[in-house]
Amino acid sequence: MDNKRRNFLKIAGIGTIAGLGGTAVFDRFISGSVPAGAEAAGGKNEKKGTVSGRRLGMVVDLRKFYAQPELMVKVEKACHQHHNVPDFPDKKDEIKWIWPVKFKNAFPKKSKLYKDDATTKEMVPVFCNHCDTPPCVKVCPTRATFVDDDGIIAMDYHRCIGCRFCMVGCPYGARSFNWFDPRKALDMSKINPDKPTRGRGVVEKCNFCADLVGLGKIPKCVEACGDTRAMTFGDLNDPDSEIRKVLRENFTIQRNPALGTYPSVFYIV
Amino acid sequence: MYDSGKIIPGLIIFVLLVSFPVWYNHGDAGEAPVLEMPEEGLQCILPAAEMRAKHMQLLDEWRDDALRRGERGFTVQVGDQMFKKGLTTTCMECHTSYQRFCNECHEHVAVKVYCWECHVAPVD
Repeated sequence: MDNKRRNFLKIAGIGTIAGLGGTAVFDRFISGSVPAGAEAAGGKNEKKGTVSGRRLGMVVDLRKFYAQPELMVKVEKACHQHHNVPDFPDKKDEIKWIWPVKFKNAFPKKSKLYKDDATTKEMVPVFCNHCDTPPCVKVCPTRATFVDDDGIIAMDYHRCIGCRFCMVGCPYGARSFNWFDPRKALDMSKINPDKPTRGRGVVEKCNFCADLVGLGKIPKCVEACGDTRAMTFGDLNDPDSEIRKVLRENFTIQRNPALGTYPSVFYIV
Repeated sequence: MYDSGKIIPGLIIFVLLVSFPVWYNHGDAGEAPVLEMPEEGLQCILPAAEMRAKHMQLLDEWRDDALRRGERGFTVQVGDQMFKKGLTTTCMECHTSYQRFCNECHEHVAVKVYCWECHVAPVD
């Protein structure tokens, strides 16, 4: 009787340990247990993921933006003009596709001690990072936002129900909500008639100019930079692409890579 | 039945009032809109009868093809002409007025078109 109880307790104990801790221990052995932050900068899905096999991304050369502050205005104008982005005067109603922020706000996890002048004074252009594991897509209940064939995080405004989960999901604040009819804040005689405006109650954001990219053109912001080459656009999965050449030749950082969103936008500082 | 003298006339008046739109407009659907042909363009994407019946499905499929499947280029062949899948970039190139080519019929059949709340209608 005693012997039997002893065996029963042994088996039960081993069973409990295996059940509680076993999977965690095994996962560590199998995956090598690398915390997200460590590998984030490398980017997941380098060779797979999208339908076309491409992963479109962008490199922003901040040195050139610091040298020519007027470039920021030019880029923002080119984008907002093409996509009919309304200009609401009240800051809380703002619709932003690409916009300038202070360096410390764009890269909040960077060290703040003894900053250089550029990092304290200059502004950084920020926009949707078109992440490889986009939290906004995960939380969208209607699949209004989705990863398209080229890895662009696109929006289908027809489907958006305005729940704003994606705005909560996005750690970069890249999404804006239309609290009002955007046509109220647009000069309808000067808009781009080939592109829609949005309706009240939908979320919008940068779409890497998917409409132009689909026709083999480059995004409007990259076009606005022109010969300055302040922005480079291309396929991150193609080792021979220009963007990969720029990435090979320069030290780049991503916005908050430790979150594990794997941004496709890189900054040369 | 108590008070049948009040209830029955009351019921009759009620039914008459509720069915007012039906009997008042009976047999008169209003003037059917006169359909115009666009000045430009020789051929539509589909024959006219099919277009009349199915243009909403076509637009729905086109939107998904262009937006979700990335078909942005000239992928629709009609005769020897190629077209893009797009409302403003293809349809409205020939049907140059939404008032004449959309609203006239839609108002007649009382179907609300909300395309133009976002898409930019060509200027008449």
